[in-house]
Amino acid sequence: MSGWSVTEPSARSKWIAGTLVVIYTVITLLPLVWIISTSFKSGPDSISYPPKVFFQPSLEGYVNLFTTRTRLGAEDFAALPPPETWYERIVRQQGMVIAGPSRFGERFMNSVIIGFGATFLSVFLGTLAAYAFSRFRIPLKDDLLFFILSTRMMPPIAVAIPIFLMYRTLGLSDTHLGMILLYTAVNVSLAVWLMKSFIDGIPREYEEAALIDGYTRFQAFRKVVLPQAVTGIAATAIFCLIFAWNEYAFAVLLTSGKAQTAPPFIPTIIGVGGQDWPAVAAGATLFLLPVMVFTILLRKHLLRGITFGAVRK
Amino acid sequence: MAEIVIRNLRKEFGDFVAVRESTFTIGNGEFFMLLGPSGCGKTTTLRMIAGLELPTGGEILIDGEDVSRKPASQRDIAFVFQMFALYPHMNVRRNIAYPLVSQGMPRAQVAAKVAEVARLLRIEDILDRPVGGLSGGDRQRVALGRAIVRNPKAFMMDEPLGALDAEFREIMAEELRALHDRMGATTVYVTHDQLEAMQMGDKIVVMNHGVVEQFGTPQEIYDHPATLFVADFIGQPAMNFLDFEGSFAAGDTSVRLGQAEIALPALRETVEARRLVLGVRPEHVGFDDAAPFRGRIEATEYLGTTQVVTLSTPNGPLKARIPSAESVRPGETVGLRFTASTLSLFDRGTGRAFRTAANENVHHG
Repeated sequence: MSGWSVTEPSARSKWIAGTLVVIYTVITLLPLVWIISTSFKSGPDSISYPPKVFFQPSLEGYVNLFTTRTRLGAEDFAALPPPETWYERIVRQQGMVIAGPSRFGERFMNSVIIGFGATFLSVFLGTLAAYAFSRFRIPLKDDLLFFILSTRMMPPIAVAIPIFLMYRTLGLSDTHLGMILLYTAVNVSLAVWLMKSFIDGIPREYEEAALIDGYTRFQAFRKVVLPQAVTGIAATAIFCLIFAWNEYAFAVLLTSGKAQTAPPFIPTIIGVGGQDWPAVAAGATLFLLPVMVFTILLRKHLLRGITFGAVRK
Repeated sequence: MAEIVIRNLRKEFGDFVAVRESTFTIGNGEFFMLLGPSGCGKTTTLRMIAGLELPTGGEILIDGEDVSRKPASQRDIAFVFQMFALYPHMNVRRNIAYPLVSQGMPRAQVAAKVAEVARLLRIEDILDRPVGGLSGGDRQRVALGRAIVRNPKAFMMDEPLGALDAEFREIMAEELRALHDRMGATTVYVTHDQLEAMQMGDKIVVMNHGVVEQFGTPQEIYDHPATLFVADFIGQPAMNFLDFEGSFAAGDTSVRLGQAEIALPALRETVEARRLVLGVRPEHVGFDDAAPFRGRIEATEYLGTTQVVTLSTPNGPLKARIPSAESVRPGETVGLRFTASTLSLFDRGTGRAFRTAANENVHHG
């Protein structure tokens, strides 16, 4: 007998494989679970030693994340009318009052605008360019494609200083447009290459059939190619969003006020009123959500695309 | 309904010439076959007629109008692709309706047309199915439906049966021909299968290396091939080629192969001594012990009512298709008699068939 067989693996090897997968999953997920659980702890619980695995859940972290608070003198504090809302009550329990909203909401929206804006623009430009590269005879096509890819051959941060100076001169520093353009510039090469391979996989005959059926080249692209490229678009969009959403170095360098995204903002929460770990954890948890939701929504397309391709021919 | 005239059509891809100065006419309502081995330029020619490739030179006239520079969408032509190219994200009904939607036809009228076509092709029961799960034959019918729903001037078909398995191919070939006979629309059909071309076509163009080798009815092409290539490409088993050196003059009715005088249709040309090829179809070879041209039987292949006998002769190998009833024994030497009126004579150097009384009216490429 040779070493390979097509029979079922033995119960023992299945058990070992299963255990390894579970261990790996636990190791991978532990930090995430820790962050999410910390976000629901009260201040004292979050820094207690030994760490508390079971605790009284609290929304303190989330309330603190979205508010700024001040501590009043004991007399003034006692003279206050009773709290009107649930979040005021949580703040009062910490011996403080709400001074106003924090910047988190604003920063989070900046991240949404910049992340999704850059993703949309990268996928849009990437798909059009990929279609042209895939379908038309373009002089120096291979060189152009290599040139596009070469923009990824160094870490983007290597050009941080030129970009910083350029942005300052052009007035793009700390603007949404500037950040969208920057993230698009980094992502578009990936988008072109990914989308080109997806579009290469769509037989030309579909467009040609549409051309003969009386459609223009652009209509054929929109109505015949795009619906079939959905898988590729979904995959490309996920990769682009993950980069644009998580990017930290350029965000720190180029944004400070108006257009600051969430990643450089979250660490600054630490300084407000001591080490507010629950608020930091709450910020990180909320920050994770959009990419997770986006990926889960598009996952359906990814799976559909895979089975679609399998039965096409 | 349309007559399509192709004049000096040429296509280059960079340095590669895919189609060289081709000229032929596709009559109104004809089922026209573009036949040739892969890479011969037949698909490129079809795509130029349809408007999917721009010709480098030449003219394409549809009903007298030069369309060679017009986009595909303005030529009023339907195209059936080898892989069918059904839109995978639409169901059967929407696939068939799609060409009508582009014309902005009202919805009720679209529904009526689709229903009519579905009835004609007997696919009414699958109209709401996605195209992904259809059998090859049904996909073919849907592709045809999408082509005929618009009543185009002409149909282009690029090896539409190539993707089907043998069993379906027979059925679809018959259906296609029946459909054409009922609709009477001009059809240009590309194939590399000579049997398919003979079986279905009214006219055939045989192409090789971008050149039209011959143009005519299946019978003309089979009986009077214009070149060695055509003679070799059409027919199964292929025409026998007997090589010899010789010369002849216009009016001669025989040529001399070694000791044997072989009768053939009266020659219309005079040539000096050169290498010649006598072309004989296997079914035009008979065994006759009195005949001076002789061959030795090497092997026989039994095919039911007929058998194919392989012989060796002083002028090269030869296959004969004779009734199975005749008994032959490998090793025997027999006399071979050819049916004179069916013979062709070729120039080995150029491959061209010499003009004789029999092939005077045949179109060369």
